[in-house]
Amino acid sequence: MKPANTARSHPTTTRPADPSRRAFLTAGAAIGGGLLLELTLPASAVAAVAGLTPTPGAELNAYIRIAPDGLVTIVSKNPEIGQGIKTMLPMLIAEELDVDWKDVRTMQADNDPARYGRQFAGGSRATPLHWDPLRRVGAAGRQMLVSAAADTWGVPLAECRTAAGSVRHEASGRVLGYGALAAKAATLPVPDLKSVVLKDPRDFRIIGRSQRGVDSPLVVAGEPLFGIDVQVPGMRHAVFVKSPVFGGSVATANLDAIKALPGISHAFVVSGGELFDGLTSGVAIVADSWWTAHKARAKLEVRWNDGPTAAQDSKEFARQAAVLAQQAPALTIYTEGDVQAGLASAARVVEASYSYPFIAHATLEPQNCTASVRDGKAELWAPTQNPDSGAKIVAKLLGLAEPDVTVHLTRCGGGFGRRLMNDYMAEAAWISKQVGSPVKLLWDRADDLRHDFYRPAGFHFFKAGLDRAGKLVAFRDHFVSFGKNGKFASSAGLGATEFPARFVPHLELGASLMPLDAPTGPLRAPGSNALAFAFQSFIDELAHAAGRDPVQFRLDLLGAPRRLANPPGPAGATPDFDTGRMRAVLEAVAERSGWGKRPLPKGSGLGVAFYFSHLGYFAEVVQASVDARGKVRVDKVWVAGDVGSQIINPTGAENQVQGAALDGISAALAQVITIDRGRVTQRNFDDYPLMRIDAAPPVDVHFVLTDNPPTGLGEPALPPVVPALCNAIHAATGQRIRHLPIASLDLRSS
Amino acid sequence: MKYTLRVNGADRSVDVDADTPLLWVLRDALQLKGTKFGCGASLCGACTVHLDGAPVRSCVLPVSRVGSAAVTTIEGIGTSSLGKRVQDAWLDVDVVQCGYCQAGQIMAATALLAATPKPTDADIDRAMSGNLCRCATYNRIRAAIKQAAGMPTTDTRGSSA
Ligand code: FES
Ligand code: FES
Repeated sequence: MKPANTARSHPTTTRPADPSRRAFLTAGAAIGGGLLLELTLPASAVAAVAGLTPTPGAELNAYIRIAPDGLVTIVSKNPEIGQGIKTMLPMLIAEELDVDWKDVRTMQADNDPARYGRQFAGGSRATPLHWDPLRRVGAAGRQMLVSAAADTWGVPLAECRTAAGSVRHEASGRVLGYGALAAKAATLPVPDLKSVVLKDPRDFRIIGRSQRGVDSPLVVAGEPLFGIDVQVPGMRHAVFVKSPVFGGSVATANLDAIKALPGISHAFVVSGGELFDGLTSGVAIVADSWWTAHKARAKLEVRWNDGPTAAQDSKEFARQAAVLAQQAPALTIYTEGDVQAGLASAARVVEASYSYPFIAHATLEPQNCTASVRDGKAELWAPTQNPDSGAKIVAKLLGLAEPDVTVHLTRCGGGFGRRLMNDYMAEAAWISKQVGSPVKLLWDRADDLRHDFYRPAGFHFFKAGLDRAGKLVAFRDHFVSFGKNGKFASSAGLGATEFPARFVPHLELGASLMPLDAPTGPLRAPGSNALAFAFQSFIDELAHAAGRDPVQFRLDLLGAPRRLANPPGPAGATPDFDTGRMRAVLEAVAERSGWGKRPLPKGSGLGVAFYFSHLGYFAEVVQASVDARGKVRVDKVWVAGDVGSQIINPTGAENQVQGAALDGISAALAQVITIDRGRVTQRNFDDYPLMRIDAAPPVDVHFVLTDNPPTGLGEPALPPVVPALCNAIHAATGQRIRHLPIASLDLRSS
Repeated sequence: MKYTLRVNGADRSVDVDADTPLLWVLRDALQLKGTKFGCGASLCGACTVHLDGAPVRSCVLPVSRVGSAAVTTIEGIGTSSLGKRVQDAWLDVDVVQCGYCQAGQIMAATALLAATPKPTDADIDRAMSGNLCRCATYNRIRAAIKQAAGMPTTDTRGSSA
């Protein structure tokens, strides 16, 4: 492996002129628990997939192992889904351990929450949750090495310094490498994590410098890393055919005909349960190769009991939503002032309805899992974002104790929230148990698109009032979404702080719910990825109705820099919403994009939007062109983001932001999942198109550094790009995009 | 059926059904897992390999049609100096996010550069638009191709006045 080098591409950063003292999150006490326990990865965990080989050496704590030659192995606890976590988390430890990054190897942890705390990839949470605690883990390791050196030399601790993997006694000039000290250090008491001393950020040598993805050399060489690549001795291959209608079950199947096919070892019906995030009804086919099992599907004849979901339909939802919009909202989410009076007294009232469709995650690696269930134990190799939840589902399903379920985390070929659910783990485990041998289950693309947990569709009915000066004085949204008994379906909600709530004197956010029996779930920036489109597009309409520049209108709406308290989120206290941070990124993106300063060719326009999600402040400008035939071309995207005081890995950060912006555009342009009589009609990338390279514009990424703890980047850059694109199309053509996807609309100029 | 394939310069014998796509022969019979499955329908490019140097989608190529053609996969591409240059450029530009598409991207890019050593943006669009990247690393893929070609990597598209 070549030492990690510095990538060419860097996002730019600026820091406002007057930074006061930085603040840090407090340490999570649980992190680093289990220090000095022996590292006990079962050999099978490392045999199956390359890149997981533990190096020999002394273990300082659950995360750090140092070999006699000074090579340092750092464990990465969370699943790698392409967000760069296997590089970023070890960087935090390595920085405070004070080693050279080129001497560091990283290793993926198994699922072991007792040792590592929660291990998941979601909510852009890894940075805020680990920024402080993992640096303390590194600092604790460093302190143990310094103690070992001081003890060896018989000198006071305070006379010893560390640099790049060695301890130095200044007075005598003696130097010992970490490799030589590790065995002794590992016998010393573990310092209290709260008391260890962290570096001054000015002394950072790893954090803040671009470090290439640690597994990239293996990726470009085609080494097996992903779930789909797992190979276990004696392994068979399985496909699992589920009811096309959500919640349907197998009535009869021609199992004998399937079992008679060459190469097929098993074919059986699985009755399954009710929960989508688990085992549902279907037919399992097991063979000596995946192709043989897959081919047998063409011969499979199943009669399904469709069940009640067969009555549900995308078209019908749209019709129902329009009816519900005529009635008062069933739920009140937030009110301020008197919206009726506000609208009645407004000089100008603007009304518009917005909608967006269901969409799928479509990870490029289809869902899969390898399981070996025998002798009352289950071992799984799973590309999952949420391994412990998967372990619990499997334990319950098979009637095993949780400690008897081992989950090895493989690299994931994309996640985007899909792999927070673990249905494929339940299926693989169940099939392996029935077959009595290890099984690799692999879905095909149609399985993947038809059995997802979809970003829910949604319908917004807006009405707003402007006063004579063009100021927004009243705002109402009736959101028609999905759910039951007054509770939103997963990721189908709307919160009380949705902007412009708290920024308009008279405002009402209400909702009505339609029952839905298809599974929904979080997709990259859940909720926000859709709400940003509706709200920031409608705000653009209001800016135009007011005759104001869209950037200036938004700045006026945000008002003076100040902090608004946010209610606690699911993970506890949520920092305030800081209008000053949002103003700063909006001003930065206007400046970088040449907003209002550049003449644009006919048929081209600039659109702007901002959005706060996952603790990140993002403002984005899109330049788009529409030709006479109505074809949309995205020319360029500018992103300005504020995720705190420090960009931990600039090359990774830029990659995430570019990916998020293009992801949002890709979905907005052409993606739709259609539910037709309870089943999804799309089956592959021809009817569910992803952006291709010829449609991918350059994305300029700029970070505004502020005196706030660093926060995550996987998601918050996505939401604003969708309305920025739609607003750009309006600027180019005069046509408002109120319904997604854009490809479903006729934008021809007459 | 028994077949002898020429894969990455070595003769490899397999016993598989005649309709088995080359992709599954590589992955499951020959344990070359670098070539990936994304769609099975020639729509994503994750399974791209070279047949006598030309990029093909191995998910729709039955093994019976491979014949004596030389098959090159991601595991073997680094033995050519061009293939190595492309891999190095991919690392230097730090293209990879999840990495699942990247074997196919590198195979397509190497074939492009073999035919067109100094590609324009339009050449890149044409040669690479069969390869999806769900993580959308497209800007860096473009830069890495240009770097491997010894061209400036700055993206000048969209910089209209
Ligand atoms: S798997 Fe062959 S093109 Fe998608
Ligand atoms: S890097 Fe994830 S699909 Fe391309």
